[in-house]
Amino acid sequence: MIESVIDFLLNDPIGIVILTVIKALALLVPLLIAVAYLTYAERKVMAAIQLRKGPNVVGWFGLLQPFADAIKMMTKETVIPSGANRVLFVMAPMLTFVLAMLAWAVIPMNDGWAIANINVGILYLFAISSLGVYGIIIAGWSSNSKYAFLGAMRSAAQMVSYEVSMGFVLVTVLLCAGSLNLTDIVRAQTKVWFFIPLFPMFVIFFISALAETNRAPFDLPEGESEIVAGFFVEYSSMSFGLFFLGEYANMILMSAMTAILFLGGWLPPLNMEPFTWVPGPIWLILKICALLFTFIWVRATFPRYRYDQLMRLGWKVFLPFSLGWLVLTAGVLMALGWLPNA
Amino acid sequence: MIVDFFFYLFAAVLLISAALVVSARNPVHSVLFLILAFFNAAALFLIAGAEFLAMILVIVYVGAVAVLFLFVVMMLDVDFEQLRGGFQRYAGVGAIVGAGLLFELAVVFGGWTLAPNAEKLRLSPTPADVTNTEALGRVLYTDYIFLFQAAGMVLLVAMIGAIVLTLRDRKTSKHQNIGTQTRRTVAETLEIVTISLGAGTTESGGFLRPKAPEPEPQPEHEAAGGHH
Repeated sequence: MIESVIDFLLNDPIGIVILTVIKALALLVPLLIAVAYLTYAERKVMAAIQLRKGPNVVGWFGLLQPFADAIKMMTKETVIPSGANRVLFVMAPMLTFVLAMLAWAVIPMNDGWAIANINVGILYLFAISSLGVYGIIIAGWSSNSKYAFLGAMRSAAQMVSYEVSMGFVLVTVLLCAGSLNLTDIVRAQTKVWFFIPLFPMFVIFFISALAETNRAPFDLPEGESEIVAGFFVEYSSMSFGLFFLGEYANMILMSAMTAILFLGGWLPPLNMEPFTWVPGPIWLILKICALLFTFIWVRATFPRYRYDQLMRLGWKVFLPFSLGWLVLTAGVLMALGWLPNA
Repeated sequence: MIVDFFFYLFAAVLLISAALVVSARNPVHSVLFLILAFFNAAALFLIAGAEFLAMILVIVYVGAVAVLFLFVVMMLDVDFEQLRGGFQRYAGVGAIVGAGLLFELAVVFGGWTLAPNAEKLRLSPTPADVTNTEALGRVLYTDYIFLFQAAGMVLLVAMIGAIVLTLRDRKTSKHQNIGTQTRRTVAETLEIVTISLGAGTTESGGFLRPKAPEPEPQPEHEAAGGHH
């Protein structure tokens, strides 16, 4: 009986589809719960940094707060402005949310534990993260509101700018790993995690990740003090909720990407006894949590960048530096004969 | 079977969205259909086993070029109804030009012969033991290195052209000198004044007062990238 079910799942075309859906659910359901608790963690951590208590009323230590927020969000009225382009207005938050979920297909949780272990995994992640800007532009334009449009314009310029240096960081990493496959990239870090030899690139990647996810200090697209709430000013209820979930899912995704590219993914810090007892996925989750904490820490610590400073940092500092470091890395690998697969 | 189904699905969506690009009334919708067309083309590449090309298509065209298209189309506010207004008047001229182009194409295809070795080259498959990213890299950086570099030069020239067209120094614009800003210290910026009780507010105020900024020297302004 069990053998026949396993055979059906692994070999029958319909079985393979069912198995993939089960795998996707096994990843997405914990991810959504993680997103919910990330909002809670953000409020608690920021509260601790600012010497407040944070949410502490709903449930034990306020642990049910995310669910209370979700219920509040779902029971509110969805308002569609009369001047809005209705189809695009409704589509934009869905697009943001779907893209944030889509990228998780290639993230390996352990050696061989990826839903799609594709050869061009890193390019897939880069492609999906570069599409995130569409949800924001479409939301800004279809709202037919000047603040929303200003926010969308800022966001488009910002995300396109920081993608460029991010691309160079990715090229540097894959030069060292010799593969575009994420599992192979993690395996290449068995001896030393890439954040040690490529430390400046690690820093640039993390800062670019902040800019890509529109997080503080790069949250100009929202800019509540100048343009109210930026691109999602006209959204309410669950359509706002999808933007909110998408932003936090993107934060987790960017942390996972950083962990896989620079912090050795599922690998333990040292390949010896007490560390190897802990299974790989736990290590990856710990690394993601540490990076997420840094995201929140940065938000509570730094003031928002001015728009021209943001552009200057992206184009005049990160771009030349990452390009130079890429050439340097390639030169060192070539001169010392350290190129992988050579 | 599943592959066939998806091939026809993507191909159909690709053709329909390509037709909608030219027929949509709203230019923003046109660009969005163009993006959908790019996506389906990438999916067709994936089905053909060209995963690298598929991802590059999405990253370059959808992730960067189409964003700029969308940006421009949203900002320009082109009135396409007005542009379409002269359809009746220009239909004859358009038909003549179209017929001329069609005739030229027919002549070109009529005299088309393949180079003797071309067919063999076209059919050379990807080496079995490498991924198609690596296979592409092997020919791109060896046999076709000059073409690759030439393409890069063309893009560089286009980039310089765009910069030359947009970089102009308006006399009213102010350049920021980051070096000068970060070198400034508290000592040379603020003057701390201690004034006895009750005497403060009359003339200078018992506050931290900012020093008057020094007039910005002209040469720095030019060094920051302005034209003369």
